[in-house]
Amino acid sequence: MAERFTVAIVGSGPGGLSAAGHAAKLNVSHILLERTSHASDTIYKYQKGKLVMATPDILPLRSDFDFKLGIREDILGTWDRQLKEQGVNIRYNAEVTGIKGAKGNFQLTLADKSVIEADHVVLGIGLQGNLNKMTAPGAELPHVQYQLDDPDEYDGESIFVIGAGDAAIENAVALAKQNKVAIVNRSAEFARAKQGNLDLIRAAVDKGLVEAYHNATPVRVTANSIVLKTADGEVEAPCNRIIARLGATAPRKFVEGCGIQFPSAAPSALPEVSATYESNVPGLYVIGALGGYPLIKQAMNQGFEVIEFILGRQIEPADEPLLKEKFKGLGPVAVNDVLARIRANVPIFAELNPLVLRELMLDSTVHTPKPGDVIFKHNDYSNTFYTIVDGEVEIQVSPDDPKQVVVLGRGAFFGEMGLIAGRRRTATVAARTNAVLIETARRTMLKLIASNAPVKREMDRVAIIRQIQTYMAPNTPVESLMELAETATLQRFGKGEVLFNQGDPGDGVHLIRSGSVTVSRRIGGRDMVLNYVASGNYVGEMALLTDAPRSATVRAAVATETVKLDGEAFKRLLAHDQRLSREVETRFRERLENNARMEALPEAGSIIEFLVNQGVGEATDVLLIDESLCVRCDNCEKACAEIPSHHGMSRLDREAGPTFAAIHVPTSCRHCEHPHCMADCPPDAIHRAPNGEVFINDSCIGCGNCQRNCPYGVIQMAAPPPHKPGLLSWLLFGLGHGPGEDKSLRHVKKEGVTKHAVKCDMCKDVEGGAACVRACPTGAAIRVDPKQFLTLAALR
Amino acid sequence: MHESVVVYNRFRFLKAATLLGLVAIVLYAWHDPAGGLPNGGTWLGYGLGTIGALLILWLMWFGVRKRSYGEGHVKLEAWLSAHIYLGLSLIVVATLHTGFQFGWNVHTLAYVLMMLVIASGAFGLYAYLRYPRLMTENRRGLTLTMMMQQIADADRDCRESSMQLGEEINRAVLQASQDTRLGGSMWRQLAGRDPNCATLAALRSIERLAEKTSGAEASALRRLVTLMTKKVDLLRQARRDIQLSALMQIWLYVHVPLTFALIAALVAHVIAVFFYW
Repeated sequence: MAERFTVAIVGSGPGGLSAAGHAAKLNVSHILLERTSHASDTIYKYQKGKLVMATPDILPLRSDFDFKLGIREDILGTWDRQLKEQGVNIRYNAEVTGIKGAKGNFQLTLADKSVIEADHVVLGIGLQGNLNKMTAPGAELPHVQYQLDDPDEYDGESIFVIGAGDAAIENAVALAKQNKVAIVNRSAEFARAKQGNLDLIRAAVDKGLVEAYHNATPVRVTANSIVLKTADGEVEAPCNRIIARLGATAPRKFVEGCGIQFPSAAPSALPEVSATYESNVPGLYVIGALGGYPLIKQAMNQGFEVIEFILGRQIEPADEPLLKEKFKGLGPVAVNDVLARIRANVPIFAELNPLVLRELMLDSTVHTPKPGDVIFKHNDYSNTFYTIVDGEVEIQVSPDDPKQVVVLGRGAFFGEMGLIAGRRRTATVAARTNAVLIETARRTMLKLIASNAPVKREMDRVAIIRQIQTYMAPNTPVESLMELAETATLQRFGKGEVLFNQGDPGDGVHLIRSGSVTVSRRIGGRDMVLNYVASGNYVGEMALLTDAPRSATVRAAVATETVKLDGEAFKRLLAHDQRLSREVETRFRERLENNARMEALPEAGSIIEFLVNQGVGEATDVLLIDESLCVRCDNCEKACAEIPSHHGMSRLDREAGPTFAAIHVPTSCRHCEHPHCMADCPPDAIHRAPNGEVFINDSCIGCGNCQRNCPYGVIQMAAPPPHKPGLLSWLLFGLGHGPGEDKSLRHVKKEGVTKHAVKCDMCKDVEGGAACVRACPTGAAIRVDPKQFLTLAALR
Repeated sequence: MHESVVVYNRFRFLKAATLLGLVAIVLYAWHDPAGGLPNGGTWLGYGLGTIGALLILWLMWFGVRKRSYGEGHVKLEAWLSAHIYLGLSLIVVATLHTGFQFGWNVHTLAYVLMMLVIASGAFGLYAYLRYPRLMTENRRGLTLTMMMQQIADADRDCRESSMQLGEEINRAVLQASQDTRLGGSMWRQLAGRDPNCATLAALRSIERLAEKTSGAEASALRRLVTLMTKKVDLLRQARRDIQLSALMQIWLYVHVPLTFALIAALVAHVIAVFFYW
C-alpha cells in the first residue's frame, strides 16, 4: 500500500521548502521529495561563500522560512534548522521519475520504484538539471565546463567566463582572486543580472580584476585559446579554461511526461501556469524557475501561496498592492482583470507567463490619454516603449503634414525604434480615441527581448516593416511591402566591418537601422571616402538599379545594424511602385553626383575619414573647432566653467584632442547615439534630455564607471570647488581667481567630499544653448550633428 | 559650417557699417554749414559726434560682453563682427565730425587716440585671421606642453649620451641644458627665435669637435648630434608657437589701454566743447 498525502512537493529548493513549511504550519499532510542527500541542491551547488541576493528589494517576503541577503552557508544552515523546527516531512534521495493520475489521486513513482500517492502535486524542480551548452566549434573540449563549485580550486589560469547572467558574474568575480579572468557578454550591457551582481562585476572590471568583452560571442575554441567575435572584429585570446554559464532550460521530457504542455517548441519555453500556479493538469502546480520565475524570493512566496490555493483560499500575490497602485488610473478594477485584459489585447505580451507580466508591469506606467493627447513628439529623445491595451493612436508619419497619419489600434506597439536606434523619435504619436497605454522602460524591455525569443521575433518582424516604411517607402501601402519584409534579414556589423566590397555582385539593399557607414572607392590604389551615411538611410541600391557589380565599398563607421533587403524582391517592388521607383532613382542620381564631386575633392573625403576614425560617427552633437579661426583665447572653456550649474569646472578641454586639416576635435562630450557612459550606471543617473543632451543627474554616487566607459575621455571625476567670489570681488579685491576654471583646485584632495562624475550637458538648462559656442568670438567653435557636417556641402 | 567674423551672417555688419559711412558722406557733401567751413559745431557735426561717442561707448561694452559668459542669446561672434565693422566705420564718422580741422589740442588728441585704437584693432583682426592657421601648421599635432615635455626628454637623452664623451663635450651639453631659455620678456616672446640659443651654440661647438674624432667616439658623437638637432628643432618649434601666441595677444595690450586713454581724452573733449566753447 503506497503512502498517501494531501500534498506532494517535488524539489526542495526555495519554492518547495517554503511550500512544505507552510503545509507543516497549517497541519496539512505533506511530503517533500528531494533528489539529492541535502535540501535545496541548486543553492547547495553555488560556489562556496557566495553572497545570495534577495531581489527584488521592493517585494515583501511571504514564507515560514527566513530569507535575506546573506552567504550561501548561512542561508542553507538557517533552512536546515527551520526544516527540523517546523516539522517538515522531507525525504532525501527520493528522485521522482514519473507522475501519473489526476487531481485527488496522483501517483508519484520514485527512482527506487516505490510509489507515493497525493491529492495535489507541487513541482518545484527548477531548471538547473538541464543546462544550456555552448555551440561554437570546440565546445566539446574537456576544458569547457558549465559549473563551478569551488573557485579556489583554480589558480593562475587564464579563464573565460561566457555569459552575463548572475551565475557568470559570480563565477568571474570569485575566480578573479587567483586567476586571469575575462567575461564575455553577448550584448552591450549587463542587463540581465541582479543589482548587487551588477555592482560586483563593475567594481571588478574597474579594478582590472576582470576583463569584460561586450557585444562579443565565442566563434571557436581550441585547446589553448578562444576566438571571439566582437564589435571590433575577431579577437583571439589565450585561455586555459572556459566556464559557460548560459542559463538552463526546462527538463522538458520529464515535465511533458507528467502531462504538462508547453506553449511553443522554443527551447526557452516554460510551461504555462494559471494565476494560482496550476498547470494544464488540474491539481498539478508549478512554482519557481520552472514556472518562469528564477528569483529565490518570488519562488518562496509562490510556495507559501500555492498551499493556500490548494486549500481553496484566495490570497493576493505579494506584489498586489504595488500593482493596484499602478492601475489606479483605470478605476476600480481588479489587478488580475487588468492583467488578463493586457494578455488578451496585446499579442506580444500574450504568451508571457503571468508572473513575468506582473514583473514587467511593476517596471511600467499605465497611461489613459484622451483623444488628441500627444504621447511623444517628432524629434523627442525619449526611448520608452508603448503598447496599446485599448483604444487607438495615430502616428503622424510626415512631420510637415499632420494629416498624414497611420492609425494603430488595440494590441499594437510603438516607440520600438527608440529601443534600437538611440536617435530622436521619428514621428509624433497622439491618442485618437480614449486609450489605455503601457509605457515600459527601455532597459526592462531590452531585458524582456533578451530573455524571450518570441517577443524578440515579433518585435523584429514589425520593426522591419516599419523601418522599410519610415526610411524608404513612406507612401507605399504595407501590403506591397510584405514580400520585401519577409525576405529581409537583420545584419550586424562591428566597427570597420564591411557591408559589401567594391566589385562584389549586388545582391541586396541595406537599410541602416542603427549606426552609420562610410562609402569609399579605390582610386589610384588608395581607398577614398566618398560619403558618410547615417542611420535611417539605405545603401546598395546603385548596383541593383544598374545591374552592375558594387561600385564602392561600404564599411560600418560604428557598430551598425542593418535590415538587408533581398535584391530581387526589391526590384519587383520597384517595378510595381512607380512613385517609389522615381524616388529611388532620384536618390541614385544624387549619389552619383555627390560621388563625382567628392572624387574631385579628396580633402573632404579625408576629413570624413578622420572624423569617422575619431568616433564622430556615433555622435549626435559634436564640438568641432576650426583651428584656422581659433585664436586660442579659451573663452569657450571659461564660459563653460562660468555656467552656474557647472560649479566652476570646465567640461571641455579645448587644446586636447586630434586635429586634421585644421579641424580640431576637442575633448568634449559628443552625446553619442548609444552613450557608452549610460551602459553601466548603477544609480541610473545618466539620462538623455528631450533635446538629446546626455547628462548626469544628482543621484550620481561617484563610482566612476561612466568615466571609464567613455572612449573619448570626456567625463571627469571631481568634487565641486569652494565657492568662487564674483568677478568684481576678484577685480577690485583680488578675491578668488579670474574668469574660467582654477585648474589648480582640480587636484586638491578634500576630506569628506565625494567626487562625482561631471560632463558636458550641452547647457541644457541655459537659455541660448551651449555656452562654449556662444562665447567663441571668432566662430571657430561649432556644435553640429555629424549627419550635417559630414556632407559635401559642409566640407567644401 | 564654420564662419569667420569677417563673413559673419553674409557680411551683415559690413553692410550696416557701409551704410552708416555712406549716409555720413552724403550728408556731409550735401549740408551747407552756416559759417562756411564744415565743423563739429554744425547740426551734422553734433550729430556725427554724438553717434561717434555712443559708438565708442558701445564698442567698449564689448569688453564687458565678452566676459558675460552664458548670458544673452546673441553669439559673441556676432558682437565681434559688429565691433569690427562698426569700429572701422568710426574712421568715416569721426573724421567727418572733425570737418578736417586739426590742431595741437585735446580734440585732435582724442581723434588721434581713436585712430590708434582702430589701427591696433585692425592689426588684431589681421592677427586673428592669419596666425591661427600658422600656429596649427607649426604645431604639427603637438601642444606647447607636449613640446616642453619632448624638449625635456631630448635634453635628458643628450645629457645621458654625453656622459662618456669627455669633459669638453659634457660641459657644452650641460651648459646647453642650463642656459637654454624659452619665452621670457615680451620682446623675446615676440622675436620667435633666440640668436644666442645655448643649445644651438653647443650643437655648433660639438659639430666642430666631431670633425676631429674618429672610431667609436665618432659614432657616439653622431648620436649626440642627432639628439641635439632634435632638441634644437623642438626649441625652434616651441619659440615659434610662443611667438604666434604672443602676436595674437600683444595688440590687446595696446588696444585696451589706448581705449581708456581715448575715453579720458573724449571726456575732456566733450566737456571742453560744452563748457568753454
